[in-house]
Amino acid sequence: MTAGELVCPAGTPAALRTAVDAGADSIYCGFQNATNARNFPGLNFTPQELGKSVEYAHSKGARILLALNTYPPAGKFGLWREAADLGADLGVDAFIVADMGVAAYIAKTHPDIRLHLSVQAAAASPDAICYYVREFGVKRVVLPRILTIPEIREIKAEIPCEIETFIFGNHGLMVEGRCSLTNYATGLSTNMDGVCSPAHLVEYRRDADDGMSTRLGPFTIDRFGPQESAGYPTICKGRYVNSEHPDGYYAFEEPISLNLSRLLPALMDAGVDAFKIEGRQRSRAYVKKVVAAFRAAVDDVRAGREPALADLAALTEGQKQTEGAFQTKKWR
Amino acid sequence: MTPRLTIGPIQYFWSEERKLDFYARIADEAPVDTVYLGEVICSKRQPFFDQHIDVVAERLTRAGKRVVLCGLAEVMLKRERKACADLVQQGEFEIEINNAAGLFHLEPGRHHRIGPFMNVYNAETMAHMAARGATHVTVPVELPAASVELMAAEAGKLGVGLEVQVFGRAGLATSARCYHARAFGRTKDNCQFVCGDHADGLPLDTRNGESFLRVNGIQTLSHSYVNLAGEVPAMAEMGVSDLRLMPQDTDMVAVANVFDALRHGAIEAAEADARFGAIVMEAPFSNGFWHGEAGHRRIEAGARALA
Amino acid sequence: MSDPRETFAALWGRFADLPVPLLPLQPVLYRIVRRIAARHPELFDRLGPHQRTNFIIDLTDLPLALHLRPNPRALVFRAVRKDRLPRHDAHIAGDVLTLLRMLDAEVDGDAIFFSRELEITGDTEAIVTLRNALDDVEGSIAEDVAAMFGAAGRMALRRMRDMAHGPQLESV
Repeated sequence: MTAGELVCPAGTPAALRTAVDAGADSIYCGFQNATNARNFPGLNFTPQELGKSVEYAHSKGARILLALNTYPPAGKFGLWREAADLGADLGVDAFIVADMGVAAYIAKTHPDIRLHLSVQAAAASPDAICYYVREFGVKRVVLPRILTIPEIREIKAEIPCEIETFIFGNHGLMVEGRCSLTNYATGLSTNMDGVCSPAHLVEYRRDADDGMSTRLGPFTIDRFGPQESAGYPTICKGRYVNSEHPDGYYAFEEPISLNLSRLLPALMDAGVDAFKIEGRQRSRAYVKKVVAAFRAAVDDVRAGREPALADLAALTEGQKQTEGAFQTKKWR
Repeated sequence: MTPRLTIGPIQYFWSEERKLDFYARIADEAPVDTVYLGEVICSKRQPFFDQHIDVVAERLTRAGKRVVLCGLAEVMLKRERKACADLVQQGEFEIEINNAAGLFHLEPGRHHRIGPFMNVYNAETMAHMAARGATHVTVPVELPAASVELMAAEAGKLGVGLEVQVFGRAGLATSARCYHARAFGRTKDNCQFVCGDHADGLPLDTRNGESFLRVNGIQTLSHSYVNLAGEVPAMAEMGVSDLRLMPQDTDMVAVANVFDALRHGAIEAAEADARFGAIVMEAPFSNGFWHGEAGHRRIEAGARALA
Repeated sequence: MSDPRETFAALWGRFADLPVPLLPLQPVLYRIVRRIAARHPELFDRLGPHQRTNFIIDLTDLPLALHLRPNPRALVFRAVRKDRLPRHDAHIAGDVLTLLRMLDAEVDGDAIFFSRELEITGDTEAIVTLRNALDDVEGSIAEDVAAMFGAAGRMALRRMRDMAHGPQLESV
């Protein structure tokens, strides 16, 4: 694969075609069930849709990466096994996995299909990555969004596989695959059910002062004044109260989105093989704008030109952007 | 079979004196079989207690307890990678691994335990680990009874111990970022160990005043204490081999006594409730995860019978 | 060029003062939803269980609301009075232009959550599902519908879109 592969999200077949047409090298997507970490209502692919999508992508020289990146609880492992078999039959180019049992099954049953290690496996050191490479023949690791560029360079020097990093989109705060916050509030698990703040348990409630409360299950995760724009309804983006912050504060992170467009050349130089755009739950409009902008930018960097980037701020949460941990250790 | 009782690693940044006192009391008074030692949450805290581990382990062993040394949940920095490799390479103690980095350093067949941060949700993953020397697995705190039951049956066949947390705050998330430092306007590198000021975590209440979460350095915990006292008989029946008590800022010896009586069938759930009522604790109990419900919930025994 | 707001007012003016004889609207709305259903059957598959959900779409700049029940075997799409809303599960409120942008998947799914342009109450999942299902429809539903009403329909839509995208609106 060429350095600077652009890996783009698709939540629906229409978004997938949009991504391919906008210049995606690879598209990641999932089935309509708990086998992937964006098991959201009305989103994702039926087997038939995935089959057609694989054909479309391949006809345009693009690849399909199937996300099987949740953790099957005992008793439900068969669903993940069937999803893997189905993906293999439909001709996907790679599986993105997190669970070791799932990785072992695919490595044994479908050894010819590439395995990518999902960010949900939270492999953040060369040692952890090397374990997955040694045991399951993983060909690529998706790195957590917690490393600086020099740290990525050091990892690259020690591992025998490709590196994919996120460059744009929602900024995860918790170690991926180790977060049970949603389950604590709702009874549905991010790891086992593929949901994060499930929409049917999110409630927007008008307050007496004309402000608004966002609730997840029985918990108020934030309150907004009449003029304030609402935050994303996840626990890690909420505001809370304690003795240090009696009026409430963003205990985990401000409403902000990751945008590493400025760092593309440095990331490529550090040895990043593929760039991932977050957002399978986002609209076709988002996919089209973001993919096209990054396609042009990556091509510019490859050609030795200064990348000219369209302003992607409007598509980011709360209109604010960050380079997160990539630029400075102070983020931690 | 009567399940064993274990004391999980201390998650909070308690002072050296406090930890020494805690383990002395556990050694002398707590009816537990196994004690997990070592810092799991933050590598910056490690140097403070590591120097005492030999002495504490010796005392616990003399008291008839089995000692297991735990590794870090998060491994990213050089010092964390080294700590991880050192843990695996020392031969003195039994070890619990909490990050895949630790697995990489194991010599083939080297016996080890798998901690709750390793995400063993199913028998397939457990079998993979058992084939590489794992002798014991602690399941994630959110794993429901229906899955634990299947895992316990499989663990029995593999000859692997299966452990479930039955008491203490649920670890809900970890992060590369320190939220304890952040609450005080600091960064992780300049935290000044502010987490040491909160023996049971820093509260995060909702803006409507409900108690919700606790911050413990890079970790986010539940406000409620998981308490699966009422479920101990069911666990014993399924073949759960070990019950884990996570140290909290309360009388842990008293807590261990209640679970000890439960596992031996000396008391029933109602009596356990009464005994817990006499122990000073600042958080309510929850058991939702075990029942496949929202983790914060407390599901009454009666409601269960109807379900 | 005329002020787009005037065009808008002219277009919708005939509804604006209505204490509402809604009756004449009903066959038009039914025709619209039947047309969409005929052209985009996959939309309804994606709605899954929410085919049976009752949605209220409250047009905040008009004196009426819409009641949608996207069950392909028993489609409901009708105008209702704001003070006499039928029983419903999900409620979306916003101005016509914002809702039009949602119809054509120009509004991002996440943006529904963080902007205050749309106010959603009730069954949040139903609304997210509807948004995601609409997002899978390629082309423009609004164009389809406008084409049903010939050149005048298309022109009205274009004017409304100009407004929706016009940052100059504030300075007009």
